[in-house]
Amino acid sequence: MVQHPWPAARDSRKEPASPARLLVIDRVFKALADPSRRHLLDLLHRENGQTLTALCEHMDMTRQAVTQHLQQLEEANLVAIVWQGREKLHYLNPVPLHEIHERWIEKFERSRLFALRELKKSLEGDDDDKT
Amino acid sequence: MTKPSFVYVTYIATTPEKVWQALVDTDVTRKYWADPTSDSPAHVNVSDWKTGSQWEHQRLDDARTVDMVGKVVESTPPHRLVITWARPKEAGENSKHSRVTFDIEPQGDGLVRLTVTHEDLERDPQMFESISKGWPKVLSNLKTLLETGRALPHSPLAA
Repeated sequence: MVQHPWPAARDSRKEPASPARLLVIDRVFKALADPSRRHLLDLLHRENGQTLTALCEHMDMTRQAVTQHLQQLEEANLVAIVWQGREKLHYLNPVPLHEIHERWIEKFERSRLFALRELKKSLEGDDDDKT
Repeated sequence: MTKPSFVYVTYIATTPEKVWQALVDTDVTRKYWADPTSDSPAHVNVSDWKTGSQWEHQRLDDARTVDMVGKVVESTPPHRLVITWARPKEAGENSKHSRVTFDIEPQGDGLVRLTVTHEDLERDPQMFESISKGWPKVLSNLKTLLETGRALPHSPLAA
């Protein structure tokens, strides 16, 4: 069987991940593992549908490096592309993040995570951002 | 075309026909189209889905409350559905309608790429906010339903 680039999530148990063709969930986690790529997602969250040039203004790296990061985000389906004339617009696609949330966060007893967060908040003060 | 407000993409292991059916058949829609806040009943979308027809986003409560209305702009089964989207009280004002496009593209090897593009939302921050929470949940529920035959259980703790 030919392994397609976007295997269904449920197949991930059967098919071993190969470095050449990472499974979809691995690609999402891998894309998220890099701070520059997370920064790009934050930039798109602040303003969706930006061009490469606009994104480069906020990135302390070469245009080529930004292109490569965007490519990886695109392959992980975290960034969707819309062509408008000759302009390539980048959109944050949160659907895979939602799937991760359902699969890896909601499942592991959200109520306990909530209780832990409340405890942490009461011990550290009200500031949610303080870690 | 104006610059879209949101673009959502999901890859589903199914056929274009099944994705189309999931969009227009209320028996399927009710299984995955939960309210973004999760504690409300599911919704269905009701129309004859012909170009120029009206459609209604109905809540599955006893009154079948209509939460959203619009017109079918383009209907090309099983590839493309374009609808407008407005609050019922603003149905008569075309300038208050935003626009949703569903593109269904077979990717080969049993995969379908579903792209949902929502345009003209910027002038309505409240709608913008609720839409941005709603689509990811609806689409990942749809993917789960079509790939496994069951929708995700509602979260008991959702606010």
